Amino acid sequence: MDNLLSIVTFIPALAALILIVFLRGDEEAANRNAKWLALIATSVTFLVSLFILFQFDPANTGFQFVEERTWIMGLTYKMGVDGISILFVMLTTFMMPLVIAASWDVNTRVKEYMVAFLLLETLMLGVFMALDLVLFYLFFEAGLIPMFLIIGIWGGKARIYASFKFFLYTFLGSVLMLVAMVAMYSDAGTTDIPSLMRHTFGSESFSILGVHVVGGLQTLLFLAFFASFAVKMPMWPVHTWLPDAHVQAPTAGSVVLAAILLKMGGYGFLRFSLPMFPVGSEVMTPLVLWMSAIAIVYTSLVALVQEDMKKLIAYSSVAHMGYVTMGIFAANQQGIDGAIFQMISHGFISGALFLCVGVIYDRMHTRDIDAYGGLVNRMPAYALIFMFFTMANVGLPGTSGFVGEFLTLVGIFQVNTWVALVACSGVILSAAYALWLYRRVVLGDLIKESLRTISDMTRREKAIFAPLVVMTLLLGVYPALVTDIIGPSVEALIAEYDLARAEGTTLRMLAQN
Amino acid sequence: MIQADLTIILPEILLSLYAMAALLFGVYTGKDKVAPLLTWTTAGAFVLVAAWIGLNGEGTNVAFGGMFHDDAFARFAKVTILLSAAAVLLMSQDYMERRGLLRFEYPVLVTLSVVGMMVMVSAGDLMALYMGLELQSLALYVIASLRRDSLKSTEAGLKYFILGALSSGLLLYGASLVYGFAGTTLFSGIIAAAGEGQMSLGLLFGLVFVMSGLAFKVSAVPFHMWTPDVYEGSPTPVTAFFATAPKMAAMALFARVLHDAFGGATADWQQILALLSVLSMFLGAIAAIGQRNIKRLMAFSSIAHMGYALMGLAAGTVFGVQAMLVYMAIYVTMNIGTFAFILSMEKDGQPVTDIAALNMYAKREPGRALAMLILLFSLAGVPPLVGFFGKFYVLRAAYDAGLAWLAIAGVIASVIGAFYYLRIVYFMYFGDEGEELDGGKSPVLWVMLMASAGAMLFGVVNLFGIEGAAAAAAATLVN
Repeated sequence: MDNLLSIVTFIPALAALILIVFLRGDEEAANRNAKWLALIATSVTFLVSLFILFQFDPANTGFQFVEERTWIMGLTYKMGVDGISILFVMLTTFMMPLVIAASWDVNTRVKEYMVAFLLLETLMLGVFMALDLVLFYLFFEAGLIPMFLIIGIWGGKARIYASFKFFLYTFLGSVLMLVAMVAMYSDAGTTDIPSLMRHTFGSESFSILGVHVVGGLQTLLFLAFFASFAVKMPMWPVHTWLPDAHVQAPTAGSVVLAAILLKMGGYGFLRFSLPMFPVGSEVMTPLVLWMSAIAIVYTSLVALVQEDMKKLIAYSSVAHMGYVTMGIFAANQQGIDGAIFQMISHGFISGALFLCVGVIYDRMHTRDIDAYGGLVNRMPAYALIFMFFTMANVGLPGTSGFVGEFLTLVGIFQVNTWVALVACSGVILSAAYALWLYRRVVLGDLIKESLRTISDMTRREKAIFAPLVVMTLLLGVYPALVTDIIGPSVEALIAEYDLARAEGTTLRMLAQN
Repeated sequence: MIQADLTIILPEILLSLYAMAALLFGVYTGKDKVAPLLTWTTAGAFVLVAAWIGLNGEGTNVAFGGMFHDDAFARFAKVTILLSAAAVLLMSQDYMERRGLLRFEYPVLVTLSVVGMMVMVSAGDLMALYMGLELQSLALYVIASLRRDSLKSTEAGLKYFILGALSSGLLLYGASLVYGFAGTTLFSGIIAAAGEGQMSLGLLFGLVFVMSGLAFKVSAVPFHMWTPDVYEGSPTPVTAFFATAPKMAAMALFARVLHDAFGGATADWQQILALLSVLSMFLGAIAAIGQRNIKRLMAFSSIAHMGYALMGLAAGTVFGVQAMLVYMAIYVTMNIGTFAFILSMEKDGQPVTDIAALNMYAKREPGRALAMLILLFSLAGVPPLVGFFGKFYVLRAAYDAGLAWLAIAGVIASVIGAFYYLRIVYFMYFGDEGEELDGGKSPVLWVMLMASAGAMLFGVVNLFGIEGAAAAAAATLVN
């Protein structure tokens, strides 16, 4: 199995191709076939990806399962995983069957819907496995196309605005990264990611149009990549596309967006920014840390006043991503471990929360918080599951949400106490908005006439939530499952980063004397 | 000696003879009744000549004392021109026949203009350049006004003619200055006189005027004014032709003049090209936003694309020329597919050009809509479609040549430009229910659309090997 990664990546695309070519008609049977084929394809992908996980050797900090073929323009088709990327791959393959199962009630243009999601899975997996700069960009950008269509075709009322905003916003962020990639190719003469990690980009300060750039080329490259990843993440203040996209996207689209697509930004920081531009990262660290702290507090406050459930959860996602960027740029073992942990756990929790909203949206066709209240009387199972994930979102010890937040806070405390102090207040705020949401939607008396006949979750819906509950609990009580896999790779990353920073500092000292 | 010369330009001679024979055949037999037959044989002849040039040509051959070059660069351009012209001819046949536009002169004129283009890209002398350019342009002026009873079509022809004549005038004036100060019209002589740092003011003036004339032909801003009107007014198949082969020819000629005649003075023309490029990219991107007519929209789109191709040329390096050639080949392929789609847009037998007419097209014609979707994202330069690699190529060329600001401007323009391509996607996929367009009937259009979209999608594997050919072509041009 030399090309296990390619097989995993392209199974969904193959299924999409089969759907496009062979499935005709729009009638009941064709729709059912499309759904089953998509479910089977994503499940097979997950099962095959388990081979990667079992054969993965955590102690080896290099890239494993590497495949390499020559491609055009001196680029290579190179895939591989290491401790940092493998869990994102697993997260993607794990979530996709659930996403497909959650879309079982879709009945408009089902074939295209499934094709879009299958292609999206291929592209997302490619992002986490690509070991060539341009190959990475290819997967990273191409994901915009299916997501644009998913929001635009199956979205809510203001879907057109949301889809255009999503596409153009993220496209603008990424094209600057493209120029930076061209510059890196020109500077290092290769687009091979492992080679680029070993390459030292220039860090002598220079002036452009009278502006003094500390850290020189590295800072500029960092900023170009930052433009892309910060939008994708999304970080305050470039997060405004996210609430629109989340609110308008269909449930499954929101789940993919929150659980997987947002993680690409964090992954990008870990794969590119820290190892390739250590000096640039160091120069920009205070800015990033404070942006994260502001994001945590500001978006939590914004979440408090939302009237739309999806919007509230979207803002809570931005706040949680604030912990991730904070942890990454704390650049110590706890911080980065915590950031990766937080991303994985947020994948399960936010995905589940959007599914929770989807459950009642499917029944009542509204997401207004005011339209609900007292659901516990009619939907006990739903109330239980929603409470579980609300608590996980708040970061209750015993759930995975706690571990991620705690580790990142420990990490940041060693680096910048003030940022840690501000960020800690976010923990309280997140409890406030999440519990208040729960109180307004689920608790209280059932006084709304329209809710009298609402039914509890079906067996299919419960089956979708079950794996998410298991994972959230499992990671909450036994976090070593994650940290054992990522630990050695993160350690190596930090060692390299510290070394490069020290060299950069020495160089600067020498230049000054 | 003369026999060797004639052997080198044999393809051009044969095509000219074919054009005359076709004309006689048309006049003496069934007139317009033989037009479909002539269209098919002309397209076949183009493909044959392309295969001949592409497969047999090798080395660099110079004819007529340096006036005519047959090298890898010329062959690359010629094959692209011939194949795209053949594709457009095949696409136009059904459309024109049903509207009574298919006259037997049409394939003949296209053949003559293609001969002109082939001479252009092989020119080694200002005279040969002008001969080729005018042969091409005169034929194009006529086919722009092919629909004689339509006000817009005749207006398009007239506008094109007057502005084209003006640009030819500029070019000739520049050529005369160059001749006056260099003492020769041969490119090999000019390059000796126009080395870096020793260019006389007169020569510089000549260069600027020649470049203005050529910028008109590639419709680069600020010489683009004719493009939207001519694109809109001409019958759609003719527009498709304008958007493909002549653009490739003019761009190749641009590269030929700059590198063969002024290759020593890169710094002098680099700034002009960079300015033309950045203006074209931004104007093309911004002006297209307000367009509802898909033909006008494609006009602005082609202006923007010329901006990107010029970015490659502005690099002034071997890699820059290679980037430009790859970009143009990709651009031509995308446009053939896009125009195949536009040609199939009709309602009750009448052509439709309003993009709002595409409302919910995807629901009725999922296959065609998907193909068009691929082409639109490719035009916008979104990976993994091949259009992205064209952009990547020119960005690299520009960055390596120290034009980082141009590369940044280019990507920003591409984001603005993405908006109007997305808007067509919006109508096709998210729009409201509206009046339905007819289902496409012509199998040729379907094949072209699918082939072009397929090329954009599967080209990601290896770009169909055009890289190597483009690299060889660029290497022979720049030295």
